[in-house]
Amino acid sequence: MMQVNWKQLEELTQLRGISGQEDQVREYLIQKIQGRYESYVVDDMGNLLVHKKGKARPARKVLFSAHMDEVGFVVTHIDEDGMLHFATVGGISPSVIPGRPVLVGPEAIPGVIGTRPVHLLTPEEREEYAKVEDMRIDIGAGSREKAQEMAAPGDMVTFIGPWRELGEDAVLARAIDDRAGCALLLEMIQGELPWDCDFAFVVQEETGCAGSKAAAFSLRPEVAVVVESTTAGDLPTAPAGRQVCRVGKGPVISFMDKGTIYPRDLYEQVTSLARGAEIPWQAKEGVFGGNDARSYCSSAAGAKVAAVSLPVRYLHSPNTLASKRDMEDARELLALLARELPRG
Amino acid sequence: MELTEIISLARELCQAPGISGREEDAAAAAEKLLAPLGAVERTPLGSLLCTVCPGEPGAPHLMLEAHLDQIGMVVTAVEKGGFLRVANVGGLDRRLLPASPVTVHARDGRYAGVVASTPPHLSDGKEKPLKMEGILVDTGLSDEAAREAFAPGDPITLDSDFVEMAGGLICSGSLDNRAGCAAVIAAARMLRENPGRCRVTVCLASQEETSGFGAATAAFALAPDLALITDVTFGDGFGVKPQECGKVGGGVEIDYAPAVNRQIFDRLRELAREKGIPWQLYAMGSRTGTDTDLIAASGGGVRCGLLSIPLRNMHTAVETVSARDILHTASLMAAFAREVQE
Repeated sequence: MMQVNWKQLEELTQLRGISGQEDQVREYLIQKIQGRYESYVVDDMGNLLVHKKGKARPARKVLFSAHMDEVGFVVTHIDEDGMLHFATVGGISPSVIPGRPVLVGPEAIPGVIGTRPVHLLTPEEREEYAKVEDMRIDIGAGSREKAQEMAAPGDMVTFIGPWRELGEDAVLARAIDDRAGCALLLEMIQGELPWDCDFAFVVQEETGCAGSKAAAFSLRPEVAVVVESTTAGDLPTAPAGRQVCRVGKGPVISFMDKGTIYPRDLYEQVTSLARGAEIPWQAKEGVFGGNDARSYCSSAAGAKVAAVSLPVRYLHSPNTLASKRDMEDARELLALLARELPRG
Repeated sequence: MELTEIISLARELCQAPGISGREEDAAAAAEKLLAPLGAVERTPLGSLLCTVCPGEPGAPHLMLEAHLDQIGMVVTAVEKGGFLRVANVGGLDRRLLPASPVTVHARDGRYAGVVASTPPHLSDGKEKPLKMEGILVDTGLSDEAAREAFAPGDPITLDSDFVEMAGGLICSGSLDNRAGCAAVIAAARMLRENPGRCRVTVCLASQEETSGFGAATAAFALAPDLALITDVTFGDGFGVKPQECGKVGGGVEIDYAPAVNRQIFDRLRELAREKGIPWQLYAMGSRTGTDTDLIAASGGGVRCGLLSIPLRNMHTAVETVSARDILHTASLMAAFAREVQE
């Protein structure tokens, strides 16, 4: 089993970077790949595109891609009471927003997403989630003037979710989607590769995969492997046929999601490689979600795409649960793909 | 007293967990703070009593009260896959639970957990908050390990950090009512330095969030002549109408309700004015929803005053108060205790 650099993943999950404001993550990655790359560029969108030399020149140009951005919020307005109005950046359920601590703006000012106390709710109100447009962030300003000294429209707002280990094998943290993917790619760059490979750390996945469109156009991969997180519905209350994937049962390989139909030949190749190497894996048992694969398969002249995802519970919340074993299995599978896919 | 002393008191009290009926850890933290002020005893229901001023012969006996417990959950069953079924302890807002980090206080130690949230593909987009029966806590443990570790009755607390915000605000999941406990302990410290004639006993009561029995039985046992109760009240947070709340940072809230003694209410107001302590008023026509209701009717009756600390986001992991309001509450309690004659 390949040991994952957990410290590095922990650090990545604690960086703040909503879609469009991924700077902290990009700077961290650039610092961590020093001396391990052939070349890199930061393109006009903010994508970090890294080329790494392997022992040999590949028959197929293979790209590994992960996204740097996370879901969060952006300040839209400051009202006369000094409360911040905000919009969601990426898909966040209103059930995981109110009553949480957040950090506001580049200075990471502590704030809370306030809520009307449960005691004052009508019986009907208790049975409805609040609407995002009806929520406010309190930074203790008390007035618009005070608040304007502390925050401004356009400032990012991020969840707080410390790294916590739980159970025998699980971790709970913020932004595992997709810092886990970033961590896995980072370790590939930090190690040795059999073939030359490209790596894309892209921006703005959560708001419509804009970053990967530009990366696909610039890099023109023949094969693109997207490393992601995907929702595991394995709760005791969910029927087996609706669980999609399960935490602890290995990385998830997609045949289809809402954005992409994965080419059958590559799906067969990836799954049979995993099977042959006895690396645990599971099919994504449902057509849900989507990721950067849809950009890579459809940009420029197109590319063959595969998605390798970490099965996680409570995606897009301040506390995502993942299995360390799944991470290690994903790392092993990616090493295998880096060895086999460039052969053609 | 400096504001930093208030904040450090509140921090120490907030960081010790204690849901209703299982206040041991919070009681231990409070006992450490009270021990230098007088002998501490525990009632059969887990309330703490500490006489901080013995008083002069014939002088009245004043109880300074705040409840010690906080809301939370309790394990009711261990499900397969390391999930726990739970019940609420006190008035929990089920709308806020999904993906909340929690700690399970099991027999052999603390375990991290998270409240399960419904995956989006299993929701029809018209998702409603689950009833308590449907709420699951994910512990990440295997079936076997979970059955070994957990049992029905284990308390669960909502995790929160103690955060200092702008404007002297502090934020934590247990400020209801560790803010009140901090005010009472601060008042006791002020009285130790500069006491009045009366006998003063601090009572930090258990089980307010579920019944008020901790305060009711402690009041019966102590049989004080008067009591000042300190609890939090709705603050002017988001979604709260001005007529429903006190102003956070607006000073100690002096409350009127039928269970509040009118002379004490009037005297508290005069004292605040005389001493230059910022204050605000709030009136209720019926029950106060605090321990005052049961203390006032304890034994042959106790004359009560109620002081409240406005708090935003009540019963969430981000309860927020002004540290200054805690200090003003303590100052007014101490001023009252020093001059009460009968």
